[in-house]
Amino acid sequence: MIRALATLAFALLAALPARAIEIQQITSPGGIQAWLVEDHSIPFTALSLMFKGGASLDAPGKRGEMNLMTALLEEGSGEMDSVQYAEAVEALGAQNRFDVGDDALTVNARMLTENRDQAAALLRQALAEPRFDPDAVERVRAQVQAVIRSEATDPNAIASKELARLAWGEHPYATSINGTRDSVAALTREDLIAAKDRVLARDRVVVAAAGDITAEELGRLIDTILGDLPEQGSAPLPQPAELQLTGGVTAIDWDSPQTVVSFAQAGLPMSDPDYFAAFVANHILGGGGFSSRLMDEIREKRGLTYGVATGLSNGLYGETWQGGMASANDKVAEAVGLIRSEWDRFAEGGVTEKELADAKTYLTGEYALRFDGNGKIAGILAGMQLIGLPADYVNTRNAQIEAVTAEDVQRVAQRLLHADQIRFVLVGRAEGIDATN
Amino acid sequence: MTILTRLAPLALVLAATPALAEMPKGISHFTLDNGLEAVVIEDHRAPVVVQMLWYRIGSADEQPGKSGIAHYLEHLMFKGTDKLGPGELSKTVTANGGRDNAFTSYDFTTYFQRIASDRLPLIMEMEADRMANLRIGEDDWQAERQVVLEERSQRTDSDPGAQFSEERSAVQFYNHPYGRPVIGWRQEMEGLTREDAIAWYDAHYAPNAAVLVIAGDVTAEDVRELAETYYGPVPPKPDAARKPRPQEPIQRSPRRMERVDPRVAQPVMIRSVIAPERNRGEQQTAAALTVLAELLAGSSQTSVLARDLVLTGKALYVNASYDGFSVDPTTFGLSMVPAPGVSNEDAEAALDAALAQFLKDGPDAAQLERVKTRIRAARVYSQDSAHGRAYDYGQGLATGLTIEDVNDWPDILAAVTPEDIRAAAKLVLENPAPVTGWLLPAPDAPAEAGADAAAAAPQPASADASRPETANPGEVE
Repeated sequence: MIRALATLAFALLAALPARAIEIQQITSPGGIQAWLVEDHSIPFTALSLMFKGGASLDAPGKRGEMNLMTALLEEGSGEMDSVQYAEAVEALGAQNRFDVGDDALTVNARMLTENRDQAAALLRQALAEPRFDPDAVERVRAQVQAVIRSEATDPNAIASKELARLAWGEHPYATSINGTRDSVAALTREDLIAAKDRVLARDRVVVAAAGDITAEELGRLIDTILGDLPEQGSAPLPQPAELQLTGGVTAIDWDSPQTVVSFAQAGLPMSDPDYFAAFVANHILGGGGFSSRLMDEIREKRGLTYGVATGLSNGLYGETWQGGMASANDKVAEAVGLIRSEWDRFAEGGVTEKELADAKTYLTGEYALRFDGNGKIAGILAGMQLIGLPADYVNTRNAQIEAVTAEDVQRVAQRLLHADQIRFVLVGRAEGIDATN
Repeated sequence: MTILTRLAPLALVLAATPALAEMPKGISHFTLDNGLEAVVIEDHRAPVVVQMLWYRIGSADEQPGKSGIAHYLEHLMFKGTDKLGPGELSKTVTANGGRDNAFTSYDFTTYFQRIASDRLPLIMEMEADRMANLRIGEDDWQAERQVVLEERSQRTDSDPGAQFSEERSAVQFYNHPYGRPVIGWRQEMEGLTREDAIAWYDAHYAPNAAVLVIAGDVTAEDVRELAETYYGPVPPKPDAARKPRPQEPIQRSPRRMERVDPRVAQPVMIRSVIAPERNRGEQQTAAALTVLAELLAGSSQTSVLARDLVLTGKALYVNASYDGFSVDPTTFGLSMVPAPGVSNEDAEAALDAALAQFLKDGPDAAQLERVKTRIRAARVYSQDSAHGRAYDYGQGLATGLTIEDVNDWPDILAAVTPEDIRAAAKLVLENPAPVTGWLLPAPDAPAEAGADAAAAAPQPASADASRPETANPGEVE
């Protein structure tokens, strides 16, 4: 680093912009709560709805029903079949995305101001009155079966599925939200209706909006969209998952020049006092893009991989500290060895003050960059509510990162980072590394 | 320009040129004395700036035998300068709360950072520095060559679909370098040297071969002043401009390819033909092709092929692909996954029948109206991402369009007529020389192996979950 650049960086650091976003917390006339960031510069509204529980609310033996049900929400409702419904949405220029994951069923909608009420009426219809017409069910079921077949031949999917299977025992986290060929084949229209009633209810939805809409207008809008949903979901929310992971190596044979590596060990919940220390530690160890220790050792110095990354994976019902990479079959043993030795080095030696300072400036500076659009803001605000964060988290979060000390990082690293407790799943033809138990 | 864009329908299309749009609000444009062209996109909603520096040089400008050099050099651009050590640029960006990356395509090589808007001077200084003062250490180039080889293994060699795509391109183009993969052929990548990289850099990296796009919480005046300060002193190179590439001859023969691989889960057909690209002052055919792709497969319920093939149970999935951002003629593609129980032959025949019917009937008026509404709405939604707009302007200017061409594009799309679409459909659907590829599973592939052990890692619900950048096909990071 040249002196001029260093000086510039330092001077700018002191002037970190503190333009906070203003979150309004509203309650609709019908009693539904929502967060809003108003910005009238572009004539549309981004709306994000998250229904807690998601695919983890699949009934026992009916894995894949939430996923299939979610995909069918845009395939006909009310008086409209799938084509008529799609034509109506397209004619408004509205966009509705329905997704389901382990923790939530998510609706991300974009509506033009000029026809927002009509767009909202169509979204209401999809959520409250989906038809699950037999022809649509069979068509989408066949598409899901194709996805299941594709994942069975994708080494990345094979690796992450095996890791989840080892990690989560009987919990839904242990299996794919898509279900299996057999479970999806057996799903009935009645199953889909029951699935909808378990998750699409007002007691488990969080709502956020950003864009060209006032608080009053948003209140009416969400009453329109959600007012006809049942008060309560018909099943209790999922139970916490208990991590069953043990250290070791699982090898799955796959004919490929490279071995895909997925690995994980125990993580910690956001409520843990050392969560932010672990968050900073992860950034330095493997989360920081080009500047992490793992990237430096494995990619930059030795060229053993195109990319390696780690992350704290915090779900609503369980958490891990996990990572992934791919490396040539004859080099992957060396790369795995480096992950283990970096794990140990971190736990033993901690971090330097420079590493800590750089991590903090990145993590605090980067946070503000995420809020640069209505769609992004709505998604972040809904995600915060889903995991139970208060609205002022956006203003206090950086202070919690700033407060992390090198001792905090070392403490949490010693507590959590144990190379012998990492489970590696290798999919490929790895040489020089043997599977354990 | 090739024979394809000189076809008669174009004259009709040109007559329908809409009035040129004004410079949109918040967009400005200037050129420095050294030839660096710059676009500023103001968006003051968040204190964020994106800097993208687009070099008008890509893999299609490589010499035969040196495939992959454009992308390899992109990697080496992070290895330092007289002032910055290896990796220091990225580390400095990160330590200032920003992200950086780069990507290479057939026609351009692009470097970008996303950071708090008051750090713009810092990232401009470093980006201008490596435009002129790159240093590639003796120790760095070999490890980085291993990295790009691992990248090839990960992206291409581990994926039969990607391998097939690479070979289809090689068959599609007889003569144009678009037939070579951006990342390079493995055996040629293995032979690339530090000297090759330096020669590439010396020949092509110059302000007069680049486009600077700055988007976010900045003013045009400030950007101009900063650009003068940091990029202004970099001397131009007289020979840096892109040279014409070998062009495609007339293609007359249809080609068929088939690849069987046990890693393939189900049959997929991909068919493509050479198609005209967006050109300076002449984007009407490309606009009609863009709308045509939407009409054919842009909706999974209401598009022509969804209606005729998916809703009728003949196919699981259909797609139409066309991207007019290209220096030389590009491709128009269709793909299809047959439904279980439908033979590949029957599915392809059903596709052909649906396309023949469309050529006969032309576009449905109500459907065209809905597609235009979607395009108009997408224009509003696109204002939500300064980064996305930077991408649009950068790609346009890096592939030879003017800023007016990029500004005019939404109006040109809106002005596409049913006659334009019929002409565009004739151009690509009656092309005599399509490449049709079938990627097939092994006859008795154990497609269900592992499916019962299916499980997925939980998706983090944390507000700190990382949000990936937009990925673009045909590009390599």
